[in-house]
Amino acid sequence: MINSLSLRDLSVRRGGRVLFEALSLELGAGQACALIGPNGAGKTSLLRALAGLVPVEAGEIAFGGSDPESARGGGLHLVGHQDGLKPARTAWEELRFWSLWCGGSAEAARAAAEALQLGALLGFEVRRLSAGQRRRLALARLVAAPRPLWLLDEPLAPLDAGWRTRFGEIMAGHLAGGGLILAAVHDPLPIPAKTLELA
Amino acid sequence: MSRLSALLGRETALAWGRGGGPLVTLGFYAGVATLVPLAIGPQSQRLAAVATGFAWVALALASLLSLERLFERDFEDGALDLLALSPAPLELTCAVKCLGQWIATGAPLALAAPIAAVGLGASPALMPLIFACAIAGGLAFAFVGGVGAALSLGARRGGLLTAVIVLPLFTPPVIFGGGALSAADSGLPWQAGLALLAAYAAAAIALGPLAMAAACRNALA
Repeated sequence: MINSLSLRDLSVRRGGRVLFEALSLELGAGQACALIGPNGAGKTSLLRALAGLVPVEAGEIAFGGSDPESARGGGLHLVGHQDGLKPARTAWEELRFWSLWCGGSAEAARAAAEALQLGALLGFEVRRLSAGQRRRLALARLVAAPRPLWLLDEPLAPLDAGWRTRFGEIMAGHLAGGGLILAAVHDPLPIPAKTLELA
Repeated sequence: MSRLSALLGRETALAWGRGGGPLVTLGFYAGVATLVPLAIGPQSQRLAAVATGFAWVALALASLLSLERLFERDFEDGALDLLALSPAPLELTCAVKCLGQWIATGAPLALAAPIAAVGLGASPALMPLIFACAIAGGLAFAFVGGVGAALSLGARRGGLLTAVIVLPLFTPPVIFGGGALSAADSGLPWQAGLALLAAYAAAAIALGPLAMAAACRNALA
């Protein structure tokens, strides 16, 4: 169970260019952090580095209460702008699969669909969903398979005002249960959060 | 375990739908088998001499068809990130993906291969051996092909690159299987060829996933 996240003097280099250097952050259980910065500042790369998908040039990433391997295996969720949903499969097939893959159950997937009001859409192919509906389907995974650390890449971008508020409540519920959230955003998060700026 | 069985179900369903799935693969196979008599003439003796060999080579080529999308689609839409972020080792995940690919395309081809060979004039007595070779060979083609598909991730025209990487690696199973079939056809012992083919398939299943996982990690980083 991850109870804190700390980055010390982290640098990431992509394609010969240093994206950021000497980045430090301490995030405790129940805390959220908004990751801000202009396009290309390295927000997505930072999230992918935390997930272990991108190598780190220098510095250290520590997950409190968990070694990096098991933290990345079953302790964190990564929701990127690429949502991994297959257009030709139905929303239910995709939600059920990703829920099972992340260690949840089919019943939990059903409950998550209700929480995000996807019930009426589950029979549709993913290609027929709007951008906001697709994002809600991707976010349903967070609810279906509880994991302590959420790494979110522009989670709010395609959502309307009502759903931004509603997802804010879901995030607040996650934090109240001792979860951690690091979200790359351009608009302010609808919950109290620290800010980490990438120049 | 429910995680991997869910993945196998998804992969089989995706491979079934991918580029038309087994119907297109079987159609391609039938098409190639039909072209053979047109190219070398309808004399049944000449056809019978090459029937098993052609059925076998066409099987190798048909296995190439749907490889391109095995990893490419998951890589492009971000699903490969999520598949990598799991307690299941990426090697096992890659192996399950190849198995799904084989169930959707390799297994139907293994059923079609004896029919195509006999249609071209091979002796019906050879059907069980052709089927056995197509099962073992199809597994080898799927797992070796998976390595090529993973290595060409992110490349433009990756499908062509996959074929170029994979075809040299298809040489040993084509030789072993073809050797077993022609030996059986002339009444010689064929067991060694089939055993070598099965050994190659076993090695591909054991070692291929290691290379696939390494290539996927490299593509994601």
